[in-house]
Amino acid sequence: MRVTRDLDLAEECVQDAYAKALQSWASDGVPSKPAAWLTTTARNRALDIIRRDALFRRAMPELVMDDVAPVEDVDVDAIPDDRLRLICTCCHPALAREAQVALTLRLLCGLSTADVAHAFLVSETTMAARITRAKKKIAAARIPYRVPDAAELPGRIGAVLEVVHLLFTTGHTATSGAELVRADLVERALQLARMLRALLPDDADVAGLLALLLLTDARRDTRVGPDGELVLLADQDRGRWDRARIGEGVELVRDALRRRPPSRYALQAAIAAVHAEAPTWEQTDWREIVALYGVLLQVWPSPVVALNRAVAVGLADGPAAGLAALDELTGEPQLAGYAYLPSSRAEFLHRLGRDDEARVAYEEALHFTSNAVERAFLERRLAGLVR
Amino acid sequence: MAQYLILIYSLEEGFAGAPSDVRDEIGAGHAAFAQKYGPAILGGNALQPTGAATSVRPDGADGFTVTDGPFVETKEALAGYYLVEANDLDAAVAMAKDVPSPFGGLEVRPIAVLN
Repeated sequence: MRVTRDLDLAEECVQDAYAKALQSWASDGVPSKPAAWLTTTARNRALDIIRRDALFRRAMPELVMDDVAPVEDVDVDAIPDDRLRLICTCCHPALAREAQVALTLRLLCGLSTADVAHAFLVSETTMAARITRAKKKIAAARIPYRVPDAAELPGRIGAVLEVVHLLFTTGHTATSGAELVRADLVERALQLARMLRALLPDDADVAGLLALLLLTDARRDTRVGPDGELVLLADQDRGRWDRARIGEGVELVRDALRRRPPSRYALQAAIAAVHAEAPTWEQTDWREIVALYGVLLQVWPSPVVALNRAVAVGLADGPAAGLAALDELTGEPQLAGYAYLPSSRAEFLHRLGRDDEARVAYEEALHFTSNAVERAFLERRLAGLVR
Repeated sequence: MAQYLILIYSLEEGFAGAPSDVRDEIGAGHAAFAQKYGPAILGGNALQPTGAATSVRPDGADGFTVTDGPFVETKEALAGYYLVEANDLDAAVAMAKDVPSPFGGLEVRPIAVLN
């Protein structure tokens, strides 16, 4: 990416490199460092094009950097930096969040524009326009391809982590559509988090995010029943949780909690780890979870965190305490239209034997839910109430 | 190198109503900005309040309509600008952060290169 300032050219070169890889690896076998091979091939291709294409040079002299290094000097060890540079550019704060996500999928994950459009349930034309707009801004405003300096890096990595987390949550609970989990997005997010961990092994926030993703995703296969229905954490078959992912996640949580104060992701991962290590729902250490949510609320105040804490209070101290904690949040404007508040109230009301009120709350939750699997779940709960 | 316009947006009543020591502080901030970036600052000015602005719009026939006031009414009005030279957007944004803007904020716009 340092070689060309023009993203379209860079993208074509990368695609060329992938195509070349498929031919070359089929005949000669996969090289020992495939990613490095790809970057080197893409760079050679870029230099080829730049050298050959006089028109390009005439048309866009400002896009070609002066310090084009000779190809022989390509330092393989420096190549991970290129990916860090690229993700810092894609997730630059001067770009809109939706553009950051789209560019990251397109350029870091190599998804086609059609696939990126599909991932975000917009038309290919809309996504193509979004990506073009972002690329134009990168070129026009000269958003640099550079790893930010040490003072700026934590903030910039924060933006990168938010993009990866958004990608994961979008896949983990698809906001609409027929399926609960979009495995492709989840896998892309995990892949990016692993890449960041490899590039920034000393960053506690990166460790925290990867841990959170692994621990959450370890439950993927048990979140949906045989007929596609939603299965709550309480009812999941813990024997089928992915123990390898849990082990890796728990290890990373320890690493992530070193930082004082611990980051948002480290705390969320710690909560996921408490769940992952509990032998049953009933034996979960709810007091620990309430305490962790309490710290999380200070580090990262959010009505949704407050909602989760209120639910945990109910599980630690009984449905009456939980309901009281939830009722404190009903005036919260950011939770208006958020289905988990009425659905959590409904659960506690039902446990308190107040089924008439529970019915109203379930109906309210249904009103705010568009995911088919979640709707079916709420309808079953509603049907289960005593008439 | 590229050129950027740093636009200063400000609540007019904020500055107008500020005590003199706050105004002095803002003035000192601009002096420090000039000191720090010297030759990278290609130009810049403070603007009179929007009360002094006049808008000129083609009237769709062959003439113009001339009206009192700014082209677009906004809560925070354009109050001044710097034209600066910077390597890239990060450098331009870093410069913008050094421009005093206690009653509003800044916009960084790349200058278009026409050929």
